[in-house]
Amino acid sequence: MTVKRVYGYLAEFESASALYKAAEKVRDAGHKKWDCYSPYPIHGLDKAMGMKKSILPYLVFFGGTLGILTGFTLAYTTQVAIYPTVVQAKPANIFTTAAFFPIMFELTILFSGFTTLFGLLALMGLPRLNHPLFESRQFQRATDDGFFIAIEARDARFSTEETKSLLEDAGGTNLELVEEPAS
Amino acid sequence: MAETTIDKDPNKPVIPVMEREKLILNNRSYNWITERICGILENKQPAIWWILFLPSVLIAMIGVGGGLFYLVSTGVGVWGNSNRTMWGWPIVNFVFWIGIGHAGTLISAILFLTRQNWRTSINRAAEAMTIFAVCCAGIYPMFHVGRVWMVWFLAPIPNANAIWQNFKSPLLWDVFAVSTYFTISLIFWYLGMVPDLATIRDRCKPGLRRLLYGIFSLGWRGGNRQWSHYEVAYLLLAALSTPLVLSVHSVVSFDFATSVVPGWHTTIFPPYFVAGAVFGGFAMVLTIMIPARYIYGLHDMITMKHIENMSKIILLTGTIVGYAYLMELFVAFYSGAKYEGAAFFYRIAGPYWWAYLAMMSCNVLSPQVFWFKYCRENLWIVMAVCMCVNVGMWFERFVIIVTTLPRMWFPGDWKYYNPSWVDILTFVGTIGMFLTLFLLFLRFLPCINIAEVKWTLPQSDPHHDDKEALDDRGAESEAAYQHELQS
Repeated sequence: MTVKRVYGYLAEFESASALYKAAEKVRDAGHKKWDCYSPYPIHGLDKAMGMKKSILPYLVFFGGTLGILTGFTLAYTTQVAIYPTVVQAKPANIFTTAAFFPIMFELTILFSGFTTLFGLLALMGLPRLNHPLFESRQFQRATDDGFFIAIEARDARFSTEETKSLLEDAGGTNLELVEEPAS
Repeated sequence: MAETTIDKDPNKPVIPVMEREKLILNNRSYNWITERICGILENKQPAIWWILFLPSVLIAMIGVGGGLFYLVSTGVGVWGNSNRTMWGWPIVNFVFWIGIGHAGTLISAILFLTRQNWRTSINRAAEAMTIFAVCCAGIYPMFHVGRVWMVWFLAPIPNANAIWQNFKSPLLWDVFAVSTYFTISLIFWYLGMVPDLATIRDRCKPGLRRLLYGIFSLGWRGGNRQWSHYEVAYLLLAALSTPLVLSVHSVVSFDFATSVVPGWHTTIFPPYFVAGAVFGGFAMVLTIMIPARYIYGLHDMITMKHIENMSKIILLTGTIVGYAYLMELFVAFYSGAKYEGAAFFYRIAGPYWWAYLAMMSCNVLSPQVFWFKYCRENLWIVMAVCMCVNVGMWFERFVIIVTTLPRMWFPGDWKYYNPSWVDILTFVGTIGMFLTLFLLFLRFLPCINIAEVKWTLPQSDPHHDDKEALDDRGAESEAAYQHELQS
């Protein structure tokens, strides 16, 4: 017999509006470890879920700063410090910096772009090849036309009966206790 | 367009509300959109796909494969620029392809920042076009160095000769600009596709396909805790790409503008190159999207409104480009610079007059028909104009580069420039390569942004069901504003 561990309760909602209202109820019930699933981003849902703003822009700011410094250091070190070349009568000293601006700019963008990509993946907890929710058949519709809320078992307020009735009161249908194989 | 008024309370001011034209026609459901877009890559391809694909592959293999093999095995002299015209077709084609890419980034980034929701139906294909066009463009600088296996010398890494790249050279700026552009476009394109790849993954039967789409969709689940970060990331990438796209073609134009060659040494070059790139790029988006729309029956998602909007942008940018051409002539005349004037006289009335005529008529005159709604709505005319623009923009680069170079300062250097057959073969090959990559994209990846298109449907608004309760909110805020003004 395979031992299974409860991941959480999954409930389906019929529309974005229903999901929005249900999210407000789950938030007010004081749950923390839960999420709303939808095929496209629903604007305003962050507030309904009581979520904080993403910290990604701060990470990207530092990434970009690192990029501009890298650009300057690279250009200055190679052109002025190590190997000063006077080409086309252009000088090789601190005043050469103006000619480095395009490369400093491009490296700022490049570093910011990479920070966005890897910062995003880190914040989303991706990539991962599997997830307990993929055990649910109906959950496949979350990327098509389904709207779901899943409250996780590791939430402090989770209890099989109460969570179920909370989701039902909020208008959820097709309730499902999602279990993952415990390894 | 219907005009509706809200008059619930007679005391409140009546605000006329213009109804927006629908972006998705016929009240399609979420599921319909998924089925239609995923259907393209799940079902068998129509015969026309094969009819286009096989010749494209053949052309790409003979042109790019054969042409470059011959070039590498023989030497870069087989390109027709082993004379006074040292830049010739390679740089013409490089600038042409880089320019094509720009519309993709413009649609995905600038129209995103300006909240133009009509972009959602076309941005994916346009971004794909960007990536493939930059791939085609990259061939030319890479192979023109002669010994292509030495191309890593362009990168600022320590090498055995202890010589560093010249960071003051626009050519090195180009290396940084184009490679950054390619990388950021790729990230933008791929991140935008992750939720859609997850959609395809969830529709696949277990097997290799599912495994591959599963790997590339990174385990995306569509939770709001993911969407929230994702949207911020998308916004950031759009904000980063916007100055980037403007900088890339500006830097490309610096290759010319920072030289002292008459006809190149002009400050109008950066904005003129950017406008031209957007112009040519939009024409290419339409050139490939109108047939794709027809073949795959995407009429409800790529509506006439989308095509009309793009036609208007072509008209606008075409007129800017026309202004730049005339301004160049004016400055050549007004500055009184002898060589500048001679270069432009030579451009118009010299042996390359035909190229100048082709450029002027295709780029400046042909888009002017878009002033008329009839022409913007007739797909044959739109296609014809876009074809003209594609040709005209290629000629623009030809005119700039070739008419300037073959007559330098010594009459003894004067020579009529002809491309070699390898030049022609490789260029035709890149067209084949571009089409091959684009057709493969249509075959294996969602060509319309599924998640974003769903987002433009009216029922995607979380307050859609509360419309009745909220619909005179505008009237209320207007009344409060009026009150504020009076007090």
